[in-house]
Amino acid sequence: MSVLVYTENWDGKFKKLSFELVSYAHGVASMIDADVIAVSIGDVDDSELKKLGNYGAKKVISVNKEKLKGLDSQAYAAVIGEIAAKEEAAVLVLSNNNTGKAVAPRLSVKLNAGVGAGVSKLPSSTDPFTVYKRVYSGNAYANIVIKSDIKILTLEQNSFEINETGGNAEIEQMEYDLDESLVKTEIRDVSKQTGKLLLTDAEIVVSGGRGMKSPDNWQPLVELAELLGGATACSRPVSDEGWRPHEEHTGQTGKIIAPNLYIAVGISGATQHIAGVSSSKCIVAVNNDKDAPVFESAKYGIVGDAMKVLPGLIEAVKNTKTS
Amino acid sequence: MKILVCISNVPDTTTKIKFTGDNELDTTGIQWVINPWDELSLTRALELKDSNPGLIESVTVAHVGPASSEPTIRKALAIGADSAIRVNAEPLDAFFVAAQLEKVITEENFDIVLCGIESSDFNGSTLGGMLAEFLGYPSVSAVSGINIENEDIIIKREIDGGSELVSVPVPFVAIVQKGIALEPRIAAMRGIMMARKKPIKVIEPADVEALTEVSSYEMPPEKEACKFIDPDNPEELIDILQNKEKLI
Repeated sequence: MSVLVYTENWDGKFKKLSFELVSYAHGVASMIDADVIAVSIGDVDDSELKKLGNYGAKKVISVNKEKLKGLDSQAYAAVIGEIAAKEEAAVLVLSNNNTGKAVAPRLSVKLNAGVGAGVSKLPSSTDPFTVYKRVYSGNAYANIVIKSDIKILTLEQNSFEINETGGNAEIEQMEYDLDESLVKTEIRDVSKQTGKLLLTDAEIVVSGGRGMKSPDNWQPLVELAELLGGATACSRPVSDEGWRPHEEHTGQTGKIIAPNLYIAVGISGATQHIAGVSSSKCIVAVNNDKDAPVFESAKYGIVGDAMKVLPGLIEAVKNTKTS
Repeated sequence: MKILVCISNVPDTTTKIKFTGDNELDTTGIQWVINPWDELSLTRALELKDSNPGLIESVTVAHVGPASSEPTIRKALAIGADSAIRVNAEPLDAFFVAAQLEKVITEENFDIVLCGIESSDFNGSTLGGMLAEFLGYPSVSAVSGINIENEDIIIKREIDGGSELVSVPVPFVAIVQKGIALEPRIAAMRGIMMARKKPIKVIEPADVEALTEVSSYEMPPEKEACKFIDPDNPEELIDILQNKEKLI
C-alpha cells in the first residue's frame, strides 16, 4: 500500500510547494501505515529527484517523455493513474494549483476515487476518511467523508509545514509506454515571465486597492513588497481599471492565496476580496476608513492614508534591517 | 458546432451562510445565482456564437438540480442560451454531477463543453475534469480565453508566471476562469420575455453513487478583534511583525 504524491517540476526544479506536498503525503502515510511514492513527469535530474527523499518519499518514479513536455491533462492522468494502480495507492496527493486542478479530477474518475479538494490539514480520521476544507468561499468549513476505497487529496499551497525526515529515496527511471494518441492538446505558444516571485509562492504579499487612488502611486507599495521579499497583488477594481496587471488580482474570481503575511493597503475588504485571502496567516490592513470591512478580517490595522502610511512602514523596515 | 455550458446554482457570494443542524444549509433569505464562473462561460459561449454565425449552431445550458433551481436556469435562458437541460436530482457531489452530465452529453453530442473552474459553494474545482474523463474527451483547465481561428479552436491557458496558447480538437471540455469574458452578460427585457418560451428539457438521473459526503459544517473560527496601531508609529507594527509574529 502506498500514498502516491505527484510532484510537479518547474524547468526541472522542485520548489517549496513540492516539499510541502511530500511532507503532507508523509503525514497521511504515517496515519495509514503506508510508504510515500512520488511521481515526477518531465526532465528532472537524479540529484533533484533525490531531494524528495529528505521529506519522506521512499521511492521516486520519474517518467520523462518528449510528448509529455506540455501539460495534457488526459495523458498526465493516464500516467499517474497507471502508476497508482501498480503501486497500490490508497491515497493520492496533488497540489490544489492549476496542474493539480487539471489532473486530480480526471484521476478521480479513472480510479473511482473521491476527491477532498483544497485541504489544508491532515485528515481528522482515516475511518471514516474525513477531511476538513473551506467551503462557501471561506464563509464556512466542512468535514467531508470520502467513501471510496481510493482517496485523492489536493493540498492548498503554503498551508502545510514542510518536515525534513532526512530519508533517502530510491529513484526509478520508468520506461513508460505512452499511448501518444491520448495527447490531443498542442501548445502553440508560451509567454512567461521568468525570475519574478510568483504571487502564489510568496510568503509575504503587499496588495493595493482603490484607496491607492492612482496607478502612479504604486511605487512605495512595490518598494515595501521588495524590502520584505514579497510579491505585490491588487483588488479587482484595480485590475479591472488596468492600474495593475490582471495576474495580480486577488480575490474570489482572481487568485486565491494563503501567504503568511498579507498587507492590504487601501482595500475596503468586500466579501469577494476576502474570499481570496482569508486563509492568510496574518492580515494587516491600512485604510483611511476606520469602518472598512477589511478590519474585521485583519489582525492588525492602521487607520490612515496609504500615501502617508507606506513611507513610514518602509522607513521602519529599513531601520530594522540596519539596526 | 454545439456548445454546452454546465451551470451550478449557488448562493450569492454576499449572502450570509448559516446552517440548520450539523449539515444542512439554512436556505432562508438566500439569493440563488448562476455560479459566477459559469455565468462568464455562458457569456463567452454567446459571444462565440454571435461572432461565428453558421459555425456555432447553438448554446445549451445543463444543470443538475431539483425543480427549485429553475429560476437560475431561466436566467441563463434570458441571458441568451437557446435551450436548457435539467437533470432532476439533488447534486450530491461533483462525481455524481459529472456522471449525470456525461449522460446528457453523450446523448446530444456537444462539441464544446464549458465548465467554470469552481463553484462558489464547494470550491472543489473538480467537475470539468471529471466530466472530461467520463467522456474520454481532452480537457484544458485554467482557461482565460477561447477563440476560433479558421475553425481551429485556440485556448489561452494560465500557467505560473504567464500563459500558453493551446490548440485542441473537438469535442473537448474547457474549464474556465477569470479573463474568459470581461463582464457577465445581463439579461435584457426581450431576453426575459423570450426565456419563458424556451424549452427546459427535464431528464431523470442515472443511478450513480456519490463518492463523498459532508458530515458536518463549521463556521470559520472566531477572530480576535483587530488591534489598531497609531498611524504615526509604524515602527510598532513592524516590531510586532518581526518580533512577536516572526513573519518578517
